[in-house]
Amino acid sequence: MVRFLLNRGGQALIAVFGVVTLVFFIQRLSGDPTALLLPETATQADIEAMRVTLGLDRPMIVQYFAFLGDLIRFDLGRSYVQNADVWDIISSRIPRTLQLAGGAMAVALLIGVPVGVIMALTRGRRISKALMWLILAFQSMPTFWSGITMILVFGVWLRWLPSSGTGTFAHLIMPSIALGLLSLATYARITRSAVLDELSKDYVRSARARGVETGRLVRHHLMRNSLIPIISITALELSQLLAGAVIVETVFAWPGLGLLTVQSIAARDFLVVQAIVLLGAFVTIFANVAADILYSAVDPRVRLAGKT
Amino acid sequence: MTLKRFSLSGFLSLWPAWILLSLVVAALFAPAIVPFDPDRQNLLARLKPPGFESRGAAYFLGSDELGRDVLSRLIYGARISLAVAALSVILSGAVGILVGMAAGYLRGWSETILMRLVDIFLSIPAILLAIITVAVLGPGFINVILVLALTRWPRYARVAYGQTLAIADRPFVQLARAMGSSPWRVLAIHILPNIIGPLMVVATLEFGLMVLFEAGLSFLGLGVQPPTASWGSMMSSGRNYIATAWWITMFPGIALFLLVLSANLIGDRFSDHIGDGK
Repeated sequence: MVRFLLNRGGQALIAVFGVVTLVFFIQRLSGDPTALLLPETATQADIEAMRVTLGLDRPMIVQYFAFLGDLIRFDLGRSYVQNADVWDIISSRIPRTLQLAGGAMAVALLIGVPVGVIMALTRGRRISKALMWLILAFQSMPTFWSGITMILVFGVWLRWLPSSGTGTFAHLIMPSIALGLLSLATYARITRSAVLDELSKDYVRSARARGVETGRLVRHHLMRNSLIPIISITALELSQLLAGAVIVETVFAWPGLGLLTVQSIAARDFLVVQAIVLLGAFVTIFANVAADILYSAVDPRVRLAGKT
Repeated sequence: MTLKRFSLSGFLSLWPAWILLSLVVAALFAPAIVPFDPDRQNLLARLKPPGFESRGAAYFLGSDELGRDVLSRLIYGARISLAVAALSVILSGAVGILVGMAAGYLRGWSETILMRLVDIFLSIPAILLAIITVAVLGPGFINVILVLALTRWPRYARVAYGQTLAIADRPFVQLARAMGSSPWRVLAIHILPNIIGPLMVVATLEFGLMVLFEAGLSFLGLGVQPPTASWGSMMSSGRNYIATAWWITMFPGIALFLLVLSANLIGDRFSDHIGDGK
């Protein structure tokens, strides 16, 4: 187990290092990143001064190690647009995005998994086909369209829910659904195929022959064994949610990291954008490691497979 | 596969293909079929509902906040969606397949480096990677295609790599190699034709995703710039008038939904036919 953890942790470190390097090079794709760091009103003298402050007159490789060093010391830099520490700007928004992601995850899991079970149990029947179509529709709906449609129907026409902003639980409902729909579809599909897999096994048939009722069978046998694919997909879905938050937060004026990203691009506050992208990547990498570890705790075969 | 006789139900069951095809035709012949110039403003006909008529010309899907015809902009917008999606799929597919095949066939250190690179790209959420790159390069038609290609090539590389590994030890490949074929020749003649099926499935599913990404970037103001009509930017500007003029936002949304749904259905059916692409 220790060896497995070390191995997996090492891989994650390499990925983190790679992501940082990639972001460094993307930043320099434009040739001169100073233009990205200053507001449009900056004068030529400002630009020159900034170049020296940032050490852009140094060779690329020196700059690269300086960039790495800053990140290791957890120094994300200072936003010249907002005149504040980048970490302070970001951290104030994190709880909002977590709230939204949590809401979306709840929607996706609490609806997606049961729907998947129902689809598997009613396979071949009309209800299963209808659900399949619904899932496919959810998968093809752009989040900004489903979001705006909900605003139109429930916010403008029916006046049931607030159209934008934060504050009460009611504010959280529509954004969570908009963000959660795509993951809901994924969970339903994964659960369906996992349960179908289990259903074809001998123990299910013998349990059924013994007269175990369906509800008990699902709760005690099927769900436990179908859990592995659901856990592993959760890591992926988490990063999907973070990325989707950019659009959903823009639609609902939800003041989290996603809205901050869009605002920062508009304000040419590149350091903030860069920090959010790094954060998103790190969360993704971390979630994948966590899923692998959880996975190996549930199913020791995974851990042993690496040793051959 | 045998040739089936024509039947109405068979014809109808292909509806995703017909939607896609009619959008392609509409996009190709846009200048000939649009009722209005998509960029022509008419301030006397602002925010008019679907079916509104002005001086003998009908705004079938209504007009937007500048009095431009929504239907005409929708048709022109199809051009952007389809062109960006098609070009970015071709570009990312070409790069990804090349990288994946090279890694799977050459093995050794190039395999390690290339596949590590793939892992790194895949660990940044795609939309975030696209956003940061557009933020650096600036928006615009060409840049959006480049960004989407940069973001999505690893997806093809993964599949091409796995497929190449599975096939590289087969006797006919070994034989070609033994007879002195160059690696390029082996890859192009012996390996590519045998792995192209699953890759086409990936490409079809990616096509739908690229349509969504392009619309998303345009929605955020990072895609093709106004006044050029694109579905994402139509929805983003129409959003401000949602309470009074829902048609500006809803019609591009429906078009987008149908296009993506069609692409996904075609991909699904394709993958049932060929075997799993993942």
